Amino acid sequence: MSVVTSGRYTFPNYNLVFFIFLQLGLHSVEGVWPLPQSITSSPERYPLNPQAFYFTYGSQSAAQEGCSVLDEAFKRYFSLIFPDYSSGRFYSEVKFLQWKNENTLSVSAGQAYLKAETVWGALRGLETFSQLVYQEDFGSYYVNKTEIEDFPRFQFRGILLDTSRHYLPVQAILKTLDAMAFSKFNVFHWHIVDDPSFPYQSRTFPDLSAKGAFHPMTHIYTQLDVRRVISYARMRGIRVLPEFDSPGHTQSWGKGQSDLLTPCYSGSTPSGTFGPVNPILPSTYKFMATLFKEVSSVFPDSYIHLGGDEVNFSCWKSNPDVRAFMLKMGFGADFTKLEAYYMENIVNLTAALNRTSIVWQDVFDYHERHNHMLAPDLILLHIWKGVPASYEAELRAITKAGYRVLLAAPWYINHISYGQDWRNYYTVQPLNFSGTEEQKKLVIGGEVCMWGEYVDATNLTPRLWPRASAAAERLWSDEKQTSDVDKAFPRLKDFRCELLRRGIQAEPLFVGHCKHEYQGV
Amino acid sequence: MLKFVSLLLALSCCQGLHHNNIDDYVEAEPVFQASKYGSLWPLPQKVQISEVSFKLSSASFRIVDAKASSAGPSCSLLQSAYRRYYEYMFGSAKKQWGSKNNRRSDPSDLTELQVWITSPDSECDGYPSVTSDESYELTVNQPVAVLKAPTVWGALHGRIYSIYFHCQIISYFPFSVYINATIINDFPRFQHRGILLDSSRHFLPIKVILSNLETMAMNKINVFHWHIVDEQSFPYLSRTFPQLSEQGAYHPYTHVYTPADVKMVIEFARLRGIRVVPEFDTPGHTQSWGKGQKDLLTPCYSGSKPSGSFGPVNPILNTTYDFMAKFFTEISTVFPDGYIHLGGDEVDFTCWKSNPDIQKFMEQQHFGEDYSKLESFYIQKLLDIVASTKKGYLVWQEVFDNGVKLKPDTVVHVWIGGRSDKEMSNVTAAGYTTILSAPWYLDYISYGQDWQKYYKVEPLNFEGTDEQKKLVIGGEACLWGEYVDATNLTPRLWPRASAVAERLWSAKNVTDIDDAFNRLSLHRCRMVERGIPAEPLFSSYCLHEYKGV
Repeated sequence: MSVVTSGRYTFPNYNLVFFIFLQLGLHSVEGVWPLPQSITSSPERYPLNPQAFYFTYGSQSAAQEGCSVLDEAFKRYFSLIFPDYSSGRFYSEVKFLQWKNENTLSVSAGQAYLKAETVWGALRGLETFSQLVYQEDFGSYYVNKTEIEDFPRFQFRGILLDTSRHYLPVQAILKTLDAMAFSKFNVFHWHIVDDPSFPYQSRTFPDLSAKGAFHPMTHIYTQLDVRRVISYARMRGIRVLPEFDSPGHTQSWGKGQSDLLTPCYSGSTPSGTFGPVNPILPSTYKFMATLFKEVSSVFPDSYIHLGGDEVNFSCWKSNPDVRAFMLKMGFGADFTKLEAYYMENIVNLTAALNRTSIVWQDVFDYHERHNHMLAPDLILLHIWKGVPASYEAELRAITKAGYRVLLAAPWYINHISYGQDWRNYYTVQPLNFSGTEEQKKLVIGGEVCMWGEYVDATNLTPRLWPRASAAAERLWSDEKQTSDVDKAFPRLKDFRCELLRRGIQAEPLFVGHCKHEYQGV
Repeated sequence: MLKFVSLLLALSCCQGLHHNNIDDYVEAEPVFQASKYGSLWPLPQKVQISEVSFKLSSASFRIVDAKASSAGPSCSLLQSAYRRYYEYMFGSAKKQWGSKNNRRSDPSDLTELQVWITSPDSECDGYPSVTSDESYELTVNQPVAVLKAPTVWGALHGRIYSIYFHCQIISYFPFSVYINATIINDFPRFQHRGILLDSSRHFLPIKVILSNLETMAMNKINVFHWHIVDEQSFPYLSRTFPQLSEQGAYHPYTHVYTPADVKMVIEFARLRGIRVVPEFDTPGHTQSWGKGQKDLLTPCYSGSKPSGSFGPVNPILNTTYDFMAKFFTEISTVFPDGYIHLGGDEVDFTCWKSNPDIQKFMEQQHFGEDYSKLESFYIQKLLDIVASTKKGYLVWQEVFDNGVKLKPDTVVHVWIGGRSDKEMSNVTAAGYTTILSAPWYLDYISYGQDWQKYYKVEPLNFEGTDEQKKLVIGGEACLWGEYVDATNLTPRLWPRASAVAERLWSAKNVTDIDDAFNRLSLHRCRMVERGIPAEPLFSSYCLHEYKGV
């Protein structure tokens, strides 16, 4: 079901000035980040008059006034393009805008056309257009004559935020969503709960956050908060993918849900500590079914992340009931079979809710060991471990088995080091593994992970941007056209200044300055 | 248990909504163990906290000058400090619960903090110096608490800190603020506790500098080493040579420090007991100077022709020294501190070597091929110029290494890593005072809790006599600016620099890293509550998370 949108922008007064400025050619349209698939621009440029400029829907467009996503986007991008002119006058002039293929943007005398199959493509095109416009020292706005055809290389371009190790105020999440749209990211992977805290306020199990959050009143996400995040993301063409990681990483769940976690034993008596989710009790699956039913009604995305990583078996091993269950099931002493059994149950449970599951690579690794696989249409695997050689091997193995896969391993951006580490994120080659064309098609994208051990609202934004933007270009743009990291440097530098101008606290790449420095503290 | 809770709550002014859940969330936090010293940071030399606690109410509590104090209402430095700390103590409580506090004080209340400056001359309008006495005594008891500081201006300095301490031992319950009976006797281990910020590689807007001065005061840092100019840009607007910033700043209007800006920084720092030591680094690190001052830099040659590029300051021209004399005369009047940092590090000799005039000069002076002699020649003349302005100076360690003759009160700044203990040993053996920065280059970041590495440094851990050790007057945490600007400076600096602050303030035997973690976690939340985006040490939370997103 594709929506054809089409339209034009108008630029009055262009012919008065364009010859005068032609030879200056100061601005490079290469300034678009991430780089479009195809871009042709000329030094010919047109002034934009904020008083006269307007967006409007093309007459052929399937989307017309009343399309909330684009109506809102017009307002937003008007202010982004003309930061000095966010006046009310604009509202009455919202008229148009449209597109053709995935993204075609054509800027020429008097008007610009933007054609896209869907509103989501139109959003990306608006972002590109906003980056083409520049302001001269005396305040006038210009855009060069430009033709762009654009589409993303990978359909899944995500950022993971971790709201369990530190609570991130909703405002910090919204700010990140803004910045994500500027870099054309389209998935917010919300690692919402984990061992340290359970900030998601469940309708069905309110005790989970009442007892498992850092603070039951101030450090939670209410249903309203979650809805706000989802709708804010939607307006920016961003999917919200929630992760409820189990059976490991669940210490905080146990506080509000008794008997959910496995009691660990020391010798023949319970030690008082708890391990992963208890996979042997029917009550566990009943709880999970209810919880995921709620989650799938709250989060509209058709994918759900189930985690499944880093399960520590020592507690299961210590528990006599778990051992008896192993015996009964014929698992022997192989606890990966127990883990596989658990994950299979959970995956089936979410499949029944019409959700595709995403799981960390550990699940594949466990299952692979005993040839007991889940159907490839039910799950998508998420690679997070290792150096290039090992994630490339994993890519090969997973795609060979016919599973779709997401790559996060090279983009653990919470790991920091001195200097320009964005270069490492930029030079990743996600399809550089031996495999057939069919296998490569199974790589649906990648994800930048900002785990929260050392990150909260105080340092999230400068740590994320512009480092994540390097990955954004890798996931959006053509790899051949963007293989030179030194060529990317000045463009990313400019883009970072643009982020500052838009109020995103993006840190510097190296010495230098921006015309508009960050104005906060 | 009650005490434990109260210490935890010292994080912030509690909003009172979660009263019934206090026990729950204390158990929910596996990381913290309450330190018996609560959130005190840096740890005082001597502290006794009793179980007895008193109530403070924003309506009745006052900070006042003791009758016998030599400083009175005319001491604006103290008066503004009173207000600042009153707001830190009651700020959010007042907003939230002000109306509930309109009641008479009862006997268990603490109603007053008396501040008593014991020296006859309070020097309220002076500047802190390297010899200022920063010691103080704080006694919290009923019905008044007394803060006593013995010496002149140093006492004043110490007393600001004490008020801060006072604030640190306060804990917050819903609707009211409590303080434990406490006796503190405190003084710094080292006199020079500095932070270097670099405003050349990236321009730092004034308000970033001010908010970090505020944070320095919270950490008892007493020197702001302002590495104000360098190769990349010259943001200092000189009245004598305005073309230096006109041509050499990133932008002549938006990326400069005007005389009014500089004055504001100095006064803001003074009110917090912080010295501002400016650094004008020469003869290397001066590319930006050359843009506005013709003939100052050495023209480099390629073969027999000038290449068009420039090297370090040209040491063979009289005009160079005329310029420096005028320039440093201005600097010595603009910056009131007794010391100027003259740099002198990392001089690259290739350009000097390429220049035929310099080669000739080397011959005349019988320097042979030893260009470090030429460097010393320059530095020597520069030091004489600066000495004539009655200022002392700090120099980076290379100046000492190259054997330049230094005034006895010169401070040698040790920065090169690897064998800095050897360098400390050599510098002090030669009788010079020194400060240490080598282990505290905070611009080098890595994953994890690197504050522990900074914390574990022992500055006196080098071979030398007791006399030599006494020559170590302190240290500095350096945040060089290659990858740092207003966007990331504050969370990168704090609380990592707090680790250095405690090492330089507290007693040598304060080395318990677990206790430090517990106190520093709370201290960082206090900074966050005061609006400073200090980054987290590890998975955890603060009652009041950073709101400035």
